[in-house]
Amino acid sequence: MNQVGRDIPRLEVRAKVTGRADYTHNLRLPGMLYGKVFRATVPHGRIRCIETGAARAVPGVQCVVTGEDIRKLIAEPYYGPAFHDQPILALDKVRHVGEPVAVVLASDPHVAEHAAQLIDAEYQELPAVYDEVAAMQPDIVVHDMLKPAGTFADLKHLKGRTGTNIALDFHLRRGDVDAALARAERVIEHTFKTQQCLHLAFEPFVAVADPGDGVLTIHTSNQTPSFVRTEIARLFGWPENRVRVKVPYLGGGFGAKVYVKLEALVSALALLVRRPVKIALTMEEQFYMITKHPTTFRIKSGVGKDGRVVARACEVYWNGGAYADIGPRVTQKSGFTAPGPYDIENINIDSYALYTNRTPAGALRGFGIPQLVWAYESHTDLIARELGIDPIDFRRKNILHQNRPQASGTPMTDAAIAKVLDAIAARLAWNKKLDRGSGTVRRGRGVAIGFKASISPTTSVAIVNVAADGSTTLYTSTVDMGQGSDTAFAQIAAEVLDFKAEDIRIVHPDTDVTPYDMGTLGSRSLFHMGNAVRLAAEDARAKLQALAAQAGLPEGTNYPPAEVFKKRFGMQAGNVIGAASFVPTYKSPDAQTGLSDNVTPFWMVGGAGAEVEVDTETGDVRVLRLVNAVDCGKPINPGVARTQLSGAAIMQLGFTLSEAMQLDAGQVTNASLADYKIPGIRDVPPMENELVEAEQHTGPFGAKGLGESGTFGVSPAIANAIHDAVGVRIMELPITAEVVFRALRAQQGRPLEDA
Amino acid sequence: MMRTINFTLNGQPVSTAIEPHRNLVELLQRFDLFGARESCGQGLCGCCTVLVDDMAVSGCLYFAVWVDGKSVTTVEHLDAEGSLSVVQQAFIDCGAFQCGFCTPGFVLMTHQLLKAYPNPSDDDIRHYLSGNLCRCAAYPEIIEAVKLAARR
Repeated sequence: MNQVGRDIPRLEVRAKVTGRADYTHNLRLPGMLYGKVFRATVPHGRIRCIETGAARAVPGVQCVVTGEDIRKLIAEPYYGPAFHDQPILALDKVRHVGEPVAVVLASDPHVAEHAAQLIDAEYQELPAVYDEVAAMQPDIVVHDMLKPAGTFADLKHLKGRTGTNIALDFHLRRGDVDAALARAERVIEHTFKTQQCLHLAFEPFVAVADPGDGVLTIHTSNQTPSFVRTEIARLFGWPENRVRVKVPYLGGGFGAKVYVKLEALVSALALLVRRPVKIALTMEEQFYMITKHPTTFRIKSGVGKDGRVVARACEVYWNGGAYADIGPRVTQKSGFTAPGPYDIENINIDSYALYTNRTPAGALRGFGIPQLVWAYESHTDLIARELGIDPIDFRRKNILHQNRPQASGTPMTDAAIAKVLDAIAARLAWNKKLDRGSGTVRRGRGVAIGFKASISPTTSVAIVNVAADGSTTLYTSTVDMGQGSDTAFAQIAAEVLDFKAEDIRIVHPDTDVTPYDMGTLGSRSLFHMGNAVRLAAEDARAKLQALAAQAGLPEGTNYPPAEVFKKRFGMQAGNVIGAASFVPTYKSPDAQTGLSDNVTPFWMVGGAGAEVEVDTETGDVRVLRLVNAVDCGKPINPGVARTQLSGAAIMQLGFTLSEAMQLDAGQVTNASLADYKIPGIRDVPPMENELVEAEQHTGPFGAKGLGESGTFGVSPAIANAIHDAVGVRIMELPITAEVVFRALRAQQGRPLEDA
Repeated sequence: MMRTINFTLNGQPVSTAIEPHRNLVELLQRFDLFGARESCGQGLCGCCTVLVDDMAVSGCLYFAVWVDGKSVTTVEHLDAEGSLSVVQQAFIDCGAFQCGFCTPGFVLMTHQLLKAYPNPSDDDIRHYLSGNLCRCAAYPEIIEAVKLAARR
């Protein structure tokens, strides 16, 4: 073991500090046209007409394309990973403000932009629904009929359903909640909400399609190249080998750039005009592409005399916006973790994915987990307070220990929940008294822990190619967007082959060259692709040994590969190709109970502790200290792992304290970095990041993913600390100074009037 | 419509004809320089930072024609001698970036920062770099990198 566990700089560092790293953003092809999207101005309406004449008349405009033009190319131009519900350009109806309605194509992007402003569309406006709980009622229906993609067994019952906005209802029943609540010493119930916010990668969505001659090539800033190939081939009715998807580095992803985003649109346009087409969104347009689910979470717990939680009922409503995207998977795959990392005998979970007339929601660094942890860890803190038990003690009393079954019935194997909690408590010196401040500045502290199941079942395939001089190249379709996957895989392959990680070259996703991968999402790559790379490298090692035997070298000799090749082929010639697929086992949840004893190949665990200072005159909250701890198994590259943890925590700090999309009649009123406040360098509190000592026994060299784990605990830890400081409880994100000030005034019996 | 401008680009005199509505990022793309990147389009994120006569400007808000007669330096010039600048090496050593999209802006701004404050405090760094945003939030590592570069 000398390559795994090393703190080497990421392989691509030089390209990134010199500005020469390759992003889709940079790409220009000969003859390429730029597309500018014309977007819906109403949240819900039937399209009466789209007036494109003035735009077409602008000198330099190649053409203007509407949904009806796309329909001539593709009879059923609807896409999506869970539902085939999203039209490439709006057809018949628009379902959210900002939905793409038409595209202007021109050689000069400024001409396209100018012409797009001359398009005019008329709509018969329909009433709109924005709230996830309101959308449970079928008074306003976003989609006339549900169209599940057919790839997921648990969506089949929704096929053809009309008169509903429920894109998935997931139910889990364990034990007898009603009876346990009736017997419980205390029953405590709360409702928590989260806001709509978004990823805002600094390389906004961008894709280029080159129609080619029989093979369509898509260059895109996307986290799921294999899925893009499959979905584009399906849309055109082609075999997969007629679609080539290439992905260089990504300027940020965070879950936004998964599945199909701009790829279907640029592909259809390129085939219509038979020229390469590029669409690059502006920062403002990102607010109309994909967001994080707003949620309402009703959580009810029964607690025994001994401070043990005996029953928990969870109702979670996920606001999926106008198109399902991956929301139904969030609803189920994260939904079954809604009771938190606690050992509870009786559990009900009802989790609903809902269509509304907002920008669609999908996956954002945590796949729904941060919304759930926000609720269950705020709730946990409130229960502890009500019982008069120290919040850390209360958690320790109820925590899920090694191999105990989680709500789904799957054992919590290799999930260092207690260790993460202990690490946070130790760093906060929880046993020591805190200086609580005085006068108008009060201090408090809080903790929160959360966990996540990896998405399952999914497949990763890797190829290791050893050239005749011994130099080695690794082919995977994992997308490196800064998380360090290239480097980690090089370290894993180097460990197996006894090479130096820095000498291994990584080929970036190109579906003509790199093999299948389900996607770079859900912190799945290090475990899934990491295992595939390990197996592929072992395959290459075995083949090198076989080659040595063929060359007549005695078994067990340690010849360098270059000499083995030379001996076998008489010159510097030949290759050794190691290949492997990795797909963990999985058992679907039971259709009636939602239970499964094998629902995930591994668990992620993360938590946070916060010390805050609240100004009671302004409501301003200052985070004095933020402690983050995760179980990432045995880290492959501890330095990179720590930056992942830190970055995730700061991102979640933005979702906690400032970020929120403001809506007015369906229109986002703060769609820019000027009005939507993300964390800057002055917003970073003093932080400590800890990778707790743990091992994922089924992971590559004991490792597992952690890109999301740092987000889990941040929001409730801060809310719990605010409660500790000033005695007010915030039930909805984000926690702005205004929100805290209003809560303080309400506490004093002098509530402020609504703005 | 076209206007011919003459300026120094990364140490070389150049001349080109350009329309007055194009910004500096677009101008640089014509010279195959992609290190300055338009992201927010409002001069708020710093991804498009370019040095014009040694002053950092937001390339997305700076008209191309304004560089006529001036000297323009982009991130691609920092290793013109073949080796990385002290700031670039410090960013690598501290792991001060993830996706790398904002990194050229931070690197150029740090060069200017260290001219103004050779031994910057944490406060100096936070104040000076507050016009550059990093969505991957590598801020703690960036602060370390600036301090390391200052020490070197």
